[in-house]
Amino acid sequence: MDWIDYLGPMLDGAWITVKLTFYSTILGAVFSFLFGLGKLARHWYFKIPSVVYIEVFRGTSLLVQMFWLFYALPLVGDILGLNMRIPPVVAGVLALSANIGAYGAEVVRGAIQAVSKKQYEAATALNFTPKQTLWRIALPQAIPEMMPPFGNLAIQNLKDTALVSLITISDLAFVSERLRNLTQESAVVYTLALFMYFGMALVLAGMLKMLSQYVGTWRRAAGGK
Amino acid sequence: MLFGIEWNTASNLAFATSILPILLIGLITTLKATVVGFILAIVIGLVLAALKGAPLKVISYPAAFVIEFLRDTPLLIQLFFVFYVLPELTGIAIPAFVAGAVALGLQYSAYCAEVYRGGLEAVPWGQHEAIKALNLPSAYGFFHIILPQAIPRIIPALGNYLVSIMKDVPILSVVTVLEMMTIARIIGDRTYNYLVPLSMVGILYLILTLLASFLVRFIDMKLPKSGIPLK
Repeated sequence: MDWIDYLGPMLDGAWITVKLTFYSTILGAVFSFLFGLGKLARHWYFKIPSVVYIEVFRGTSLLVQMFWLFYALPLVGDILGLNMRIPPVVAGVLALSANIGAYGAEVVRGAIQAVSKKQYEAATALNFTPKQTLWRIALPQAIPEMMPPFGNLAIQNLKDTALVSLITISDLAFVSERLRNLTQESAVVYTLALFMYFGMALVLAGMLKMLSQYVGTWRRAAGGK
Repeated sequence: MLFGIEWNTASNLAFATSILPILLIGLITTLKATVVGFILAIVIGLVLAALKGAPLKVISYPAAFVIEFLRDTPLLIQLFFVFYVLPELTGIAIPAFVAGAVALGLQYSAYCAEVYRGGLEAVPWGQHEAIKALNLPSAYGFFHIILPQAIPRIIPALGNYLVSIMKDVPILSVVTVLEMMTIARIIGDRTYNYLVPLSMVGILYLILTLLASFLVRFIDMKLPKSGIPLK
């Protein structure tokens, strides 16, 4: 087998990596807003679960979370008398997005708290409801501030998808490992894999930069700064 | 049985208490890998940061590329590369633990390099101008004026990466380093009970990271904000 023959299976693997990154980043963003806003909520029944979620998923290792969902969750189901056997893809995406979501939640919280206090005072003075204040005042100014750290988290997430290969999903890392076992050409296989991940990270960074520029226009619409 | 310690599967609680000493042996390996990886990261990071800041573009551009490349590729693949490819190229077999520590060090050296650069750039430009205005030698100015002000900004960021390294150590399980999670999985494989060992690893991690982040915050509080006096 020539190195060019490796490209076919590796590109198939890379496509799975792209899909995993896409789904887990989207779901991670949902978690970020849900729990980031939850941590800022006034009521304890929003606040405490959010704080616990953030501390647990930021405080433990991603691989431990993934293995827990894959190996230990079915046993919890057995105890409860439920079938909690989830397919590897679900366990992988869930672990990735829950992990990245916990970091994202802190970004969301920080950005919303960083919006000038005067803006909130003005919103109160103009008799905005809390919902209007959030949607029309806080978020349009906070989201552009979130974009650079979100970009870093998305790249982090892309790199972390390599770990799903350890719960039998045939992503780029998994295919590389199998090719190495088959051909023993570890130098060629892993160099290709490294450059493919690097390429994907550059494309992702470029896309996020474009998104960040687009989102930046919201700030002007909100009249902030 | 593992490391000569038997486990008791009579109940979940008895199982948990009987495997705790085994997991703690793994915890020591985890901490060792964390410390060695961190030391490598801060040293290699310093070299990379210095090379990136070099005035010659033939040096600074490749260094910038290396930093970007290390930062944008997964630790898992870097680890495989160090473990499988380096012995092929050099002809020297690398023990799994060393390969793991080197991979951790390489990945995080890129982050550390950015921390150093950020810390130095955060020192107000007026300080550089003052060094020139006072006609101080540039090396003296760097070591006695700029660096002491950069260090309090650098240390907390490095502390956060120390915690991140600790959380990445379970990845070394793929090259058979017997760290805490590898051991939990072995116990799970032999007893068909993954729930207890994996949950315990999660709890131990939570305790470790809480302690570590408390320590980082404490050090951050103790650091003088304006700069560290050097002798």
